[in-house]
Amino acid sequence: MSTFVYTQEKEQEFQRLIKKYPKSDSMLLPALWLVQEQLGWVSPEAMLFVAKKLGKPPIEVHSFASFYTMFNLKPIGTHHIELCKTLSCMLMGSRELKQHIKQTIGIEPGQTSEDGLFHLTEVECMGACGGAPALAVNGKYHENLTCGGLDELVKECKSCK
Amino acid sequence: MQVKIVSKNFDIPNSHTLEVAKKNGRYSTIEKLFTMDPDDVTEEVVKSGLRGKGGGGAPCGPKWKMMPKDDPRPSYLIVNGDESEPGTFKDRQIFEYDPHLLIEGIICSSYAMNIHDAYIYIRGEYKFWSDRVDAAIEEAYAAGIIGEKVMGHDFPLNITVHRGGGAYICGEKSALIESLEGKRGHPRIKPHKKECEWFFGNPATVNNVETIASVPFILENGAEGYRAHGTKSSPGTMLFAMSGPVKNPGVYELPFGIKMIDFLETLGGGMQDGKKLKAIIPGGCSCPILTAEEVQDAVLDYESMWDIGSTLGTGGMIVIDDSANMVEVAKNLIEFYHHESCGQCTPCREGTSWIDKILKNILEGSGNESDLNTILDVCHTMNGKTVCVFAPAVSDIIVSIVKKFRHEFIEEFNKN
Repeated sequence: MSTFVYTQEKEQEFQRLIKKYPKSDSMLLPALWLVQEQLGWVSPEAMLFVAKKLGKPPIEVHSFASFYTMFNLKPIGTHHIELCKTLSCMLMGSRELKQHIKQTIGIEPGQTSEDGLFHLTEVECMGACGGAPALAVNGKYHENLTCGGLDELVKECKSCK
Repeated sequence: MQVKIVSKNFDIPNSHTLEVAKKNGRYSTIEKLFTMDPDDVTEEVVKSGLRGKGGGGAPCGPKWKMMPKDDPRPSYLIVNGDESEPGTFKDRQIFEYDPHLLIEGIICSSYAMNIHDAYIYIRGEYKFWSDRVDAAIEEAYAAGIIGEKVMGHDFPLNITVHRGGGAYICGEKSALIESLEGKRGHPRIKPHKKECEWFFGNPATVNNVETIASVPFILENGAEGYRAHGTKSSPGTMLFAMSGPVKNPGVYELPFGIKMIDFLETLGGGMQDGKKLKAIIPGGCSCPILTAEEVQDAVLDYESMWDIGSTLGTGGMIVIDDSANMVEVAKNLIEFYHHESCGQCTPCREGTSWIDKILKNILEGSGNESDLNTILDVCHTMNGKTVCVFAPAVSDIIVSIVKKFRHEFIEEFNKN
């Protein structure tokens, strides 16, 4: 099994943050965020790494990571589309956007496109209700989205890879 | 109609930077703060009647008074910016347009409770906004506003942003602390009498972002200045949000006591052309739904909303138009709750899943009227029998939809 270590930059950030808390247990969330920023997902090796670093049983890190839905426990596509499906977005057309993604990119929630470029997740309320329907691509919010706007966005993602 | 206390600087370009923020009054209360006795600060907040703006509406000052006095352990302030209640997107505006107001509020609140370490727990999805708050905190450290001394005063204060991981339940204060302690966000059993919260066994207070951001105004203008707005029992203002098919969705700061329909028709711009109002969920999706008829008389303050059988919640209104199928609305909401139930208590974990299945069956054409009784029965079992108020909230909204829009469920059955 390959091992995981933080890059120098992430290690420095870890060391900076750990001083901010009375106990290192609090570092579990920030530590996993650092992993996901580095890898794009949280691999089993990375969980072992974090467990060792924080002196926790690996299962506890896994239990924790699997509770928080933003952690990808499997590798995902380059562009992670998180489509909001909750009420305001549904009323304003999120179902049409989902259908449009299926037709144009060919993926449904939970799937990655064949070229590995896009991964779609349907998420619960992102706090963008005033700009419904909304979705995020790699964490960046796009609001008041139309099918045309979505096409533009996809084109942009494809050109920057 | 609008009264801008928290949102005063929102429209100023670059209001999030320290330079612009200072020019527009941020940190101007700090000098006055340090001339006051900490207990007097708390007393002023008590007198102002400031209520928690995260949904519960509990008075803020009395909450602060629950912090133990002269305790040898360190105390903590935890600012709840988990903002995940569907229909709610108000704290986000503070993060984006006035993070220094939040920092100023944290300084005031920490001084009142003799706290030297504060955490701002921001939902994971808000990466842009947590980065923005982080940048403001960095600026504040560099300018000597926080750190070993607060603006030259012998009072150390550290502020740290803690980014969540995408769990709605972490907006519940005890679940939030569990999460901050590196555990799954499972709400804690409530003590038999009121007391402060505990962070690694140390005294802690959890307050919503907007609540903390309201404190500097109260210090500057006194409790009376705050009470000049709103109603007697709901003083001051709140960032009300409106979403759904209205002309001008967004966040607007209003004094308590405004009629909901006036807000919808004026600032909200009314319904989009060709759409007719059917219902409004008043304060985030955990509040019982109001029919268009009920909306006509609804008034935006805590007591008025309780009087008509709903709650004000977070003030995030979801407007529903007549083209929406209420069975689909109920299904949408139960999917949310089913997904977000932390799974700790059986009635909640199983109940949300069960209602989700029943509604799915109904929408697939295999439902009948007895399903409605089952839904109401499951809701009854969920209500009041769990660790936190998540299950009662599910029960409230689902029961209100089933009871007020029963005819739409019947129509759905008759489609078969």
